[in-house]
Amino acid sequence: MTTTTMANVGRPTRPETTTSNDAHATLTGGRGLLQDEALIFELNAWDKTGLDLPKADRDASDLGDLVRGDPIGLPGLSEPEALRHYVRLSQKNHAIDLALYPLGSCTMKHNPRLNEKMARLPGFGDVHPLQPQSTVQGAIELMDQLAHWLKTLTGMPAVALSPKAGAHGELCGLLAIHAAHDAKGDTARRVVLVPTSAHGTNPATAAFVGYAVREIAQTADGRVDLADLEAKLGPDIAAIMVTNPNTCGLFERDVIEIARLAHAAGAYFYCDGANFNAIVGRVRPGDLGVDAMHINLHKTFSTPHGGGGPGAGPVVLSEALAPYAPTPWVVHDDKGFHLIEEERDEAARSFGRMCAFQGQMGMYVRALSYMMSHGSDGLRQVAEDAVLNANYIKARLSDLMTPAFPDGPCMHEALFDDRWLEGTEVTTLDFAKAMIDEGFHPMTMYFPLVVHGAMLIEPTETEPKQELDRFVEALRALAKAAKAGDVERFKGAPYHAPLRRLDETRAARAPKLRWTPPVAEAAE
Amino acid sequence: MRYLPLSPQDRAEMLGVIGVNSIDDLFVDVPQSARRTGLVDLPLHMGELEVERALTRLAAKNTAASSVPFFCGAGAYKHHVPASVDHLIQRSEFLTSYTPYQPEIAQGTLQVLFEFQTQVANLTGMEVANASMYDGSTATAEAVLMAHRVTKRGKAVFSGGVHPHYLHAAETLAHATQIETVALEPAIDGEAKVIDAIDANTACVVVQTPNVFGTATDVTKIAEAAHAAGALLIVVVTEAVSLGLLKSPGAMGADIVAAEGQSIGVGLNFGGPYVGLFAVREKLTRQMPGRLCGETVDADGKRGYVLTLSTREQHIRRDKATSNICTNSGLCALAWTIHMSLMGEKGLRGVAEISHAQALKLRDALKSVPGVEILTPRFFNEFAIRTPGSATAVVEALAKKGVLGGVPYARLHPEGGFEDVILVAATETVTDADIKAYQTALSEVLA
Amino acid sequence: MRFTKDHEWVSLDGDVATIGITRYAAEQLGDVVFVETPEAGKAVNKGDGCAVVESVKAASDVYSPVSGEVVEGNAALGSAPETVNADPEGAGWFCKIKVANAADVDALMDRAAYDAFLATL
Repeated sequence: MTTTTMANVGRPTRPETTTSNDAHATLTGGRGLLQDEALIFELNAWDKTGLDLPKADRDASDLGDLVRGDPIGLPGLSEPEALRHYVRLSQKNHAIDLALYPLGSCTMKHNPRLNEKMARLPGFGDVHPLQPQSTVQGAIELMDQLAHWLKTLTGMPAVALSPKAGAHGELCGLLAIHAAHDAKGDTARRVVLVPTSAHGTNPATAAFVGYAVREIAQTADGRVDLADLEAKLGPDIAAIMVTNPNTCGLFERDVIEIARLAHAAGAYFYCDGANFNAIVGRVRPGDLGVDAMHINLHKTFSTPHGGGGPGAGPVVLSEALAPYAPTPWVVHDDKGFHLIEEERDEAARSFGRMCAFQGQMGMYVRALSYMMSHGSDGLRQVAEDAVLNANYIKARLSDLMTPAFPDGPCMHEALFDDRWLEGTEVTTLDFAKAMIDEGFHPMTMYFPLVVHGAMLIEPTETEPKQELDRFVEALRALAKAAKAGDVERFKGAPYHAPLRRLDETRAARAPKLRWTPPVAEAAE
Repeated sequence: MRYLPLSPQDRAEMLGVIGVNSIDDLFVDVPQSARRTGLVDLPLHMGELEVERALTRLAAKNTAASSVPFFCGAGAYKHHVPASVDHLIQRSEFLTSYTPYQPEIAQGTLQVLFEFQTQVANLTGMEVANASMYDGSTATAEAVLMAHRVTKRGKAVFSGGVHPHYLHAAETLAHATQIETVALEPAIDGEAKVIDAIDANTACVVVQTPNVFGTATDVTKIAEAAHAAGALLIVVVTEAVSLGLLKSPGAMGADIVAAEGQSIGVGLNFGGPYVGLFAVREKLTRQMPGRLCGETVDADGKRGYVLTLSTREQHIRRDKATSNICTNSGLCALAWTIHMSLMGEKGLRGVAEISHAQALKLRDALKSVPGVEILTPRFFNEFAIRTPGSATAVVEALAKKGVLGGVPYARLHPEGGFEDVILVAATETVTDADIKAYQTALSEVLA
Repeated sequence: MRFTKDHEWVSLDGDVATIGITRYAAEQLGDVVFVETPEAGKAVNKGDGCAVVESVKAASDVYSPVSGEVVEGNAALGSAPETVNADPEGAGWFCKIKVANAADVDALMDRAAYDAFLATL
């Protein structure tokens, strides 16, 4: 049996405790400002609508039996009901605007509202992707400006803007690499090398493109094992995918040598740029030998995470890969700005199109607004403050918790393992859930896989020192409680969240993935 | 810098706590040759007013859809979105939260996803829907890969009515994974031609209704033929509002529905972000890409929601995952769900009927213009017209007269052989005066 | 009953081997939520994946320790995956394979050797 996992195999996925904090349970399920809110399907709103519409001038009779007859099953709410419903739901979410959100690898930084306002300007938000290009010159120019900023910040000659998220960017990079090898007739390269510590998207993307994945070992100090890399490089290797700064929050000291070795073996160097926030304005990936790197605009350039998306994952490309970039892209001449949309002429070698239209324009506007606000000086300060904040947290917690890599500075995230919890009966999961009770979102846990019981803390540069201190004091108090044997505080946590620990086992054993009417349920 | 809270004094104190002299000491692992001492060659920081001024200037160079008579479609539609939708999605708790991996403090997002999945399943007539994809085109590409996994067959057949960008996005991915793609010649009313192309190695047939030319098709017979040959039927929908008037793909036998949700809750945004809808038959659930939200209970027995069946996904299954997708289109899915909840079935059917009625009026108005031929036989809110000469030139000339009169098919597929065809769409936002303006402008352009 | 280092067990009855995962493996996985077992008639080579077992946060391939043809997959696990936790080395079996070469089984660890192996983990 071989397991693919989050390195927390066997950790409980159903609540273990029966300890209840309902000493004074309310009579309705509501709790102070937290309302108990039913699903919209349970509000008896089947025949209502929140729209005032004129009656259609003619009926749809000429569509014959194509017309939909049976009820669809979509309730409708008046505006006040809709506002209540979604505001009540919103209050059950943690948010950056509420408190520090230290998810390592996710870069939960402040989302400036100017960016939201700019994306909603009618000239950006209310233009169609296929309007005549003469009527959207400003939109295409904005794409060109964003491309200029991204190329300058990374020191790379080309950028493909259209990938819709980080993983889509990885796909873009590997497709360009695939096309470049194909163009050379080098079709025997069927393997991509990925460190054990990589994000799950790296091996998933490689497999998605049809490559086999082989893992590269890690050294004791949390970096790529050069000897292992060199031994595994050969004529069958298409690319290496290395995150830098890596998922342990460390800069790959030997990154230039890694690139040299890959190139010497005829492979390309794909860099996962998820952690670009740590080096923006201070280090250019183009100076490190990178061939392709995606930039998560929703991380480094602050477009909001929105509860899971949307993101954007532009990919910067080296000279070697640039000709294979996906369409469309922007060029300009004395007549104006143009989208190159077809794979012919100058775009004849493009590997194709990744999605309909031009990509995530709404995110381009937000990211450019963010970049212009910071400027070259502010962006450099972003990296410095992100790294400073992470090292501050590491320094202030290292006497109570065990840093996974104590020697030397970290970059933008501080990584701890769970050795310090040995003998306490408290696990990383329990500790994270207790953080919820103290008002903080847990850090990333059990990732990267190479560190036991990993706790990966990324504060980002937008946290004031006061908030960092509040966070540190909360973690210190919790660490002391764990070591003092206050086990129930952790095992039963959270006690003060909108819900207690959820039964994930039950959810997965008999999946209920949509609401169905109670009558139908009884009939089943 | 207004977004950076640390003061110089904070920074000095913190360096002291860390035990280093300067910020450079924290970047010592960067190779000497790659350390940049100066600033990159870009402008310095700007105040909010300056940024707003610069970007507003750029935005002003574009013709906003709402400012003119507007008839563009071809995969992105201008519908009216109630003001409360945009207000709600900008609430901090929705806008600035992450993927709901900690369900105890993400029930807001999770319940929304459960409602979204239910609405999408009901709208498409399918049993299970996921928590969104990037957009309709990437959902289509994923559907093809999924069909390949399910059937273990190597060929995907596309009708000539599938949106060329969707076909193209799917081909890009299929090529790398060595799935053969067969794209039938562009055809205004030829979805059923895929039946003749099905063989024993066909994993799926991909049809679109209404198709890129606007033609609505009953795909029941195509489903029967696909199933008889052991292939899956993928139905693509680029105009989600059409499902308020037309028979659902599920009712016609679809195995997978890949749809663009943009026209509900999401603006035009020059092409993105949009929201991909992905729905399947229940038996295919474990082969789906993307996140799924499921119902469960908490330690006190209270109902709640979690992300579930995650072993399909990249963060657990890594190279054996069903997809590499991680970030999806969460906030657009929220907007979709809120807009759908405001419409309800009653409102959705109303919007669909008005859109259809306006399109019929538009057809009649354009038919009366000398030289114009209507090509689409049955449609919801979009149809193809033939005009003398280059469609691109006609659309440009209309734009000069202040009418955004549609999309030249050749923009989507230059070698497709329809250089004189314009795709024209109408929604509830089109007024009778807009239709009159189009008719007049087109008459002048063609005169 | 014989064991592999990948924590599968094999029990031979005539030329039919019953295959499952060990109690240790089941505990490591946590609550099992889904099991995919092979269909009768499927040819299996030693080392091939013959079943998949999933908990909420992990998915594991179960490799066949023997070559042969699948006689039966344990269909009962489809609706009751928790059986793998309750009785991993009994009712929680995954599949029965008609073995091509019984010596494949003899080459595996016996209970004492497996217990000794577990002690080294």
